Amino acid sequence: MSDVVLKVKSLKVYYSTLHGNVKAVDDVDFEIVRKEVLGIAGESGCGKSTLGNALILLKPPMRYHGGEAIMDEKNLMTLPKKEMRKVRYRKISIIPQYAMDALNPTKKIREIMQDLLKEHGENLEKKLDIVDERLQIVNLPKAVLNMYPVELSGGMKQRVVMVISTLLNPDLLIADEITSALDVSSQKAVVQMLHRMKEERIVGSIAFVTHDLAVLYQIAQRIMIMYAGKVAEISPTEKIVNQPLHPYTKMLMASLPKMGVRYNEIKLKGISGYPPNLLNIGPGCRFMGRCPFAFELCTKDPPLFDIDGRKVACWIYRSEGDEI
Amino acid sequence: MTRKEFIYFILRNKKFVFSFCVLTFLAVLATFGPMLTPYDPLEFASFPYQPPNRDHWLGTNTFGQDLFTQLVYGLRSSLLVGLLGGGLATFIGLSIGFAAGYKGGWLDEFLMMLSNILMVLPTLALLIIIAAYLPYRGVAIQSVIIGFTAWPWTARAVRAQTMTLKTREFVDLARITGCNNLKIIWQEIMPNMMSYVFMVFILQFGGAILAATGLDFIGLGPTRGISLGIMMQQATLWSAIQLGMWWWAITPGAVITLIVASLYIMNTGLDEIFNPRLREL
Amino acid sequence: MVGGVKIIKGVKILQKYLTRKIVVYLLTFFFAVTIDWAIPRFMPGNPINVLVSRFAALPESIKVMQSYFTQAFGLDRPLLEQYTSFWKALFRGDLGISIYLYPQPVLKVILEALPYTIAVLLPAIFVSFMVGNRLGAFVARKKRLDNTALPIFYTLTASPYFWFGILLAWFFGVVLKWFPIAGAYSYLLRRSFSWTFIKSFLYHWILPFSSLVLVMLGGWAIGMRNMIIYELEANYSRYLESCGASQKLIRKYSYRNAILPQVTGLAIQLGTAVAGTLTTEIVFSYPGIGYILMQGILNQDYFLIQGCFLFIVIGVLLANFIVDLFYLILDPRIRKTYTGEV
Repeated sequence: MSDVVLKVKSLKVYYSTLHGNVKAVDDVDFEIVRKEVLGIAGESGCGKSTLGNALILLKPPMRYHGGEAIMDEKNLMTLPKKEMRKVRYRKISIIPQYAMDALNPTKKIREIMQDLLKEHGENLEKKLDIVDERLQIVNLPKAVLNMYPVELSGGMKQRVVMVISTLLNPDLLIADEITSALDVSSQKAVVQMLHRMKEERIVGSIAFVTHDLAVLYQIAQRIMIMYAGKVAEISPTEKIVNQPLHPYTKMLMASLPKMGVRYNEIKLKGISGYPPNLLNIGPGCRFMGRCPFAFELCTKDPPLFDIDGRKVACWIYRSEGDEI
Repeated sequence: MTRKEFIYFILRNKKFVFSFCVLTFLAVLATFGPMLTPYDPLEFASFPYQPPNRDHWLGTNTFGQDLFTQLVYGLRSSLLVGLLGGGLATFIGLSIGFAAGYKGGWLDEFLMMLSNILMVLPTLALLIIIAAYLPYRGVAIQSVIIGFTAWPWTARAVRAQTMTLKTREFVDLARITGCNNLKIIWQEIMPNMMSYVFMVFILQFGGAILAATGLDFIGLGPTRGISLGIMMQQATLWSAIQLGMWWWAITPGAVITLIVASLYIMNTGLDEIFNPRLREL
Repeated sequence: MVGGVKIIKGVKILQKYLTRKIVVYLLTFFFAVTIDWAIPRFMPGNPINVLVSRFAALPESIKVMQSYFTQAFGLDRPLLEQYTSFWKALFRGDLGISIYLYPQPVLKVILEALPYTIAVLLPAIFVSFMVGNRLGAFVARKKRLDNTALPIFYTLTASPYFWFGILLAWFFGVVLKWFPIAGAYSYLLRRSFSWTFIKSFLYHWILPFSSLVLVMLGGWAIGMRNMIIYELEANYSRYLESCGASQKLIRKYSYRNAILPQVTGLAIQLGTAVAGTLTTEIVFSYPGIGYILMQGILNQDYFLIQGCFLFIVIGVLLANFIVDLFYLILDPRIRKTYTGEV
């Protein structure tokens, strides 16, 4: 058995609109290995959430335009509906961005759990001990089982969703922007809970989608930076922070506020310009327009270069022998 | 939504295009129909009991009146009631909804209580009791009493929308720069609800036609003249279907159904145009 | 302890919700009675003169006018007194004397007709609500089926109730001759609890009943279809799907949520349903409230018209209240978090 849980190869997921395709995920390659937390980061609109959602539930207006996402030797993108249904929840599960209204308002938490488990041939009664345990991990009383979602606060609902999503110990959990709506102390608590779930083998690997690099620094082993629908760089967390490769990553790191620095002394560096419009976008490096290092080669799509086990999509890192 | 996109979606929406064509046809028929017929709707035209034929496209009734003539005149008054009654109900509903939603406080409480009362009160019963005591009834009076009883659900919906729009920044901005309330409602809130208001009007239009037809049918229609509901009332009173005169009893109702169904379908079509989530992909 | 506090809070919320509803209903009743009182007195054209002249055409007219009018209208007394005595008469069950069925009291005429109306109306509402909602939920988001079913639903809901009745009466009564199209039972029979009578009653009942069910059904089906589409787009549906739930479960959940606004819709539609029943009765000469109301209108029997009005209002208010109670059982959100908006 290989150590790779999910292998994504040149995956393309577009949104079709009246005016053409919005190439939200365009030719993306990466893999997630066992017991790993992979952070997926980027500006809003870079396609990271689309990627996370497409892996588990590909439905209109999202459209699959090629590539693969291999899990257990099956391509999730072309799996028949019936089989995909079995993969969801048991193999791959999600804590969605909208976790705070992911629960049907007219059903008790217990009923929701029961119905979902039944769909996968399980029984809640036999799992009550496990549910109990998990509720403890996310710091909720057992009584929530008999409550309706309206009786819970937003944060509580999100934690209930964390428990529900992981009931069948999925091999891969997608956490989509789960810290974005929270204050800093709740963010920390949620990250810790997720970490504990991984330590206790409740979940295998985690794909942690967020725009917040500070949060990723706490939990992720590797970080994948996305820019305008493409992978810019995939590196271990330490490296991303200390020795970023891609010009975009460099500028992103420089733009982060740092502790102990006062901004009237040093100006906070933003990245000038805006990401390109992904509608009907043509070839060429997408960061070209904002990149201080851009040169003639950048009018072509850069491949992912392998630098000491790190991946970077920038022509600067081509080696002499590379064909162009 | 840009203008181009809007036109594209409108033309692509089969529901809208279909209902628009039907309604246009009926409106044209009501406007010019009376010119196509040499008869008067209430005068004796020819032999009674004739089924549809070349001289009398929809046949004649027991009194020898030409039914096509009755139908086009009746269509006219039905559309008129829809326009006036539906328009009035929409107008009252809007005004009360804006006032309640924008002002809030005791005015809101009072208006909502009033709308609650009118909502549970069965409208037709109310119409009956008012209309029964009117010595003279015409299309205008009918429209007015329908308009004054049909507004509550519109008012409630408009109120809810106004309350959410009221808290938006652009309304605050207008308030800070010293616009008066009427101007804010007219210039800032209303334009943001135009599509919704139009859809409300369509529903009210259909509702008014149905209400008027019901009144006509139980004998509280216009005291003079003809309407589709009166045609059916007479057909029932003179046992048209027992005598096999389907052309007398069934055609007028089929036209009403066509109008109202088209209006409802147009409403759904517009809903799909304005709400991208409902579009079939 | 916590549980106890919660229950008490819950009861208070319930009380608040119901009190508010009841206040609205009482006010409506008060309003309706006031209209019933005011209209003959303040309408232009002096309707009371018309009334008096109507009575003048009857035998013993002078006696009637003397004994009855002074009592019922008390026209010589101050308005306030007229108003209070109107209420007093109402609580005595005195709704006046029918002209059309002279000298029967209006109350008796109405009570005789009421069972027929209830016999078609209540089953029709119930059946159409159940079937219509199921159908609407079934066709939602199923392209082909939706495109065929939707025009049918629209035609049903757009047709005037009585016209649909005429259509059925013509087709099943005149063309096919399967069902009778007049009366509530055979003219040869007298009312009794015999098997023959019940058979005849059901035989006459089926057409008006089906006509009502079909027209009402269209509205429910369209409403449910639209609600389900919204619910299927809701985040909780997407989450269920992401968790590998079957379409069946997702639709079941949507239905559970969509049925709530439909119950509210039921309350709003009650008035229309009653009105539809009244006109349908006329088509089938079915001796319910609608039929006698039409007779009242044709014979300018104002006491009868007013009595019918009051009974319709009372009926609709009662039904509304029942729907409220039902809603309370269905929606946990009201039970748990009711905050004041009715």
